[in-house]
Amino acid sequence: MTPALAVHDLRLLIGGAAVVDGVGFAVAPGEVMALVGESGCGKSLTAHAIMRLLPDAVRQDRGYVALDGDNLSVLSERQMRLVRGRRMSMIFQEPQAALDPLSTVGAQVAEGTGSPLRQARAAVLAMLDEVGIADPARRIDQYPFELSGGMCQRVMIASALIARPAVLIADEPTTALDVTIQAQILDLLRRLAIERGTAIVLITHDMGVVADIADRVAVMYAGRIAETGDTAAIFARPRHPYTALLLAALPRRTDVPRSRLAVIEGRVPAPSEFPTGCRFAGRCPLADARCRAETPLLREVARGHLSACWHAEAVR
Amino acid sequence: MRPRVSFGIRVIVLLIVLFAAAALLAPWISPHDPLRQSLLLRLKPPGSATASAGLFPLGTDDLGRDLLSRILYGARASFIVAILSVSVSLVVGTLLGLAAGWFRGWTATLIMRFVDAMLSVPAILLAVLTVAVIGPSFVTLVLVLGLTRWPRYTRVAYAATLQVAGLPFIAAAEMAGADSARILLRHILPNIAGPLLVVATSEFGLMILFEAGLSFLGLGIQPPAPSWGSIMSAGRQYVERAWWLTVFPGLGLFTLVVCVNVMGDWLRDRLDPRSAGR
Ligand SMILES: Nc1ncnc2c1ncn2[C@@H]1O[C@H](COP(=O)(O)OP(=O)(O)OP(=O)(O)O)[C@@H](O)[C@H]1O
Ligand code: SF4
Ligand SMILES: [Mg+2]
Repeated sequence: MTPALAVHDLRLLIGGAAVVDGVGFAVAPGEVMALVGESGCGKSLTAHAIMRLLPDAVRQDRGYVALDGDNLSVLSERQMRLVRGRRMSMIFQEPQAALDPLSTVGAQVAEGTGSPLRQARAAVLAMLDEVGIADPARRIDQYPFELSGGMCQRVMIASALIARPAVLIADEPTTALDVTIQAQILDLLRRLAIERGTAIVLITHDMGVVADIADRVAVMYAGRIAETGDTAAIFARPRHPYTALLLAALPRRTDVPRSRLAVIEGRVPAPSEFPTGCRFAGRCPLADARCRAETPLLREVARGHLSACWHAEAVR
Repeated sequence: MRPRVSFGIRVIVLLIVLFAAAALLAPWISPHDPLRQSLLLRLKPPGSATASAGLFPLGTDDLGRDLLSRILYGARASFIVAILSVSVSLVVGTLLGLAAGWFRGWTATLIMRFVDAMLSVPAILLAVLTVAVIGPSFVTLVLVLGLTRWPRYTRVAYAATLQVAGLPFIAAAEMAGADSARILLRHILPNIAGPLLVVATSEFGLMILFEAGLSFLGLGIQPPAPSWGSIMSAGRQYVERAWWLTVFPGLGLFTLVVCVNVMGDWLRDRLDPRSAGR
């Protein structure tokens, strides 16, 4: 089956530094794929490159994105605008700030339909109901300041999905929300993926979120994919030291209480200071001379499970 | 969260409304035809009345025309010129500011350099020179005022657009497939309307002054059509014998411009986030 979204060998440059390097993955309809990694590893830039809306400072010099098998890089900017919001949508971290303060909920959701609210009102009401907004008939005429953060994120999701796009990119959609609301929004995304067959790319830095809703994961480190595979397989047996450390840092309900969460020593290097060889070598407990000299490429370590580590088999 | 409006502002707004009503209703509330001359009724003082012609509440001018009627029609001219020229400069200035703030780069450089150049020449000088060259008329007056006064709007619109364009909801609109025109008109314009309204209000007072000034110099509204500036200009030579010809239009001009400016300051305090919360 053609994946809903396929990213091939994406490389993004800022100045001379490849802040995203060789990133590729595919997401099937109805599947939730998590893109996970520490702050600054290139998750948001990857998302913006998929939407073809990169900041001025960033240049894409390699790779392409295919939506339902259509290569988007051949589209004109005008054609691309018809893709955004209709075949592929994106939502962000600060739901309240992502809504126009002077537009009503209904007007913003209706924008996704391409027709004015007067004509789209029934569809908008149905969509607000579908994303779990109580009393949509009242909410539809309210302004963002009258809504809570969680409700704003539901409105964003409604406006992103009303045109039935094949793909939804959610860039840390729950980071700004408190824990109970976070769980509700994740449940909603999960349900929408199943019911509508939407392929969801969920960007997060929280392995807990990944465990909750993702079918598959791509772990990114310093602009590259470190490891990718089914969530269950990776949680059961990580094959990259970075993933293993991220999982060790995760509090587990079954664990005996620990005095302190394990944290990964050191920092992600700045793009200008990316080392040759493996970019994780500076923080990796398994690093050796080969790691510092040669870049490890992604290779299959088990069926559908890829790792970019010279010592993938030694990880535990 | 009940808005508090002080007594002073209520009075100011009431005065502006009275002026506007006078301007709007001039043809119906004027006691006389503002253009009808009468040699027998020259320079009558305020309150004069004759059996045949009736009362002249503010007196008559050197051609025997009723001053109150001329002032009412003059207010009409002031408002029409101010509304039209503010509209021209508001539209031109805002569109250029939006374009500069949204497209940035060389578009912004080009537009903002031009703004700097325009602002370095006094607008009234530019207006006087232009009218002197192409000849005075109503249309010239409106266009000259409108097309010399847009740079202030451009500066304000540019700065506000730059700021709003960086907000997440604009990125969200782009992600949703909106094109530049839609983003600018649907999402940015409403969010920068406040500061533009403040500029427009203060420019409105200025346009009334400019119209009076140019008409005073004979470059604006052409006699015999009444305008506060030309009434005062004609009344100048009779200051000793007929003080009312300069005092009443002057008082009207002064009161209206002060009211509009106070209103503008009040709006700025209400709409400008930096001075809010007092
Ligand atoms: N507009 C920009 N101009 C210059 N550099 C940028 C820009 N946006 C991002 N970067 C740089 O690109 C790198 C990747 O940024 P990106 O925003 O993709 O990270 P991220 O993984 O989304 O992190 P976070 O979890 O903090 O959102 C970072 O080093 C960042 O400093
Ligand atoms: S390649 Fe070497 S340095 Fe990189 S993660 Fe594997 S063991 Fe660590
Ligand atoms: Mg990010």
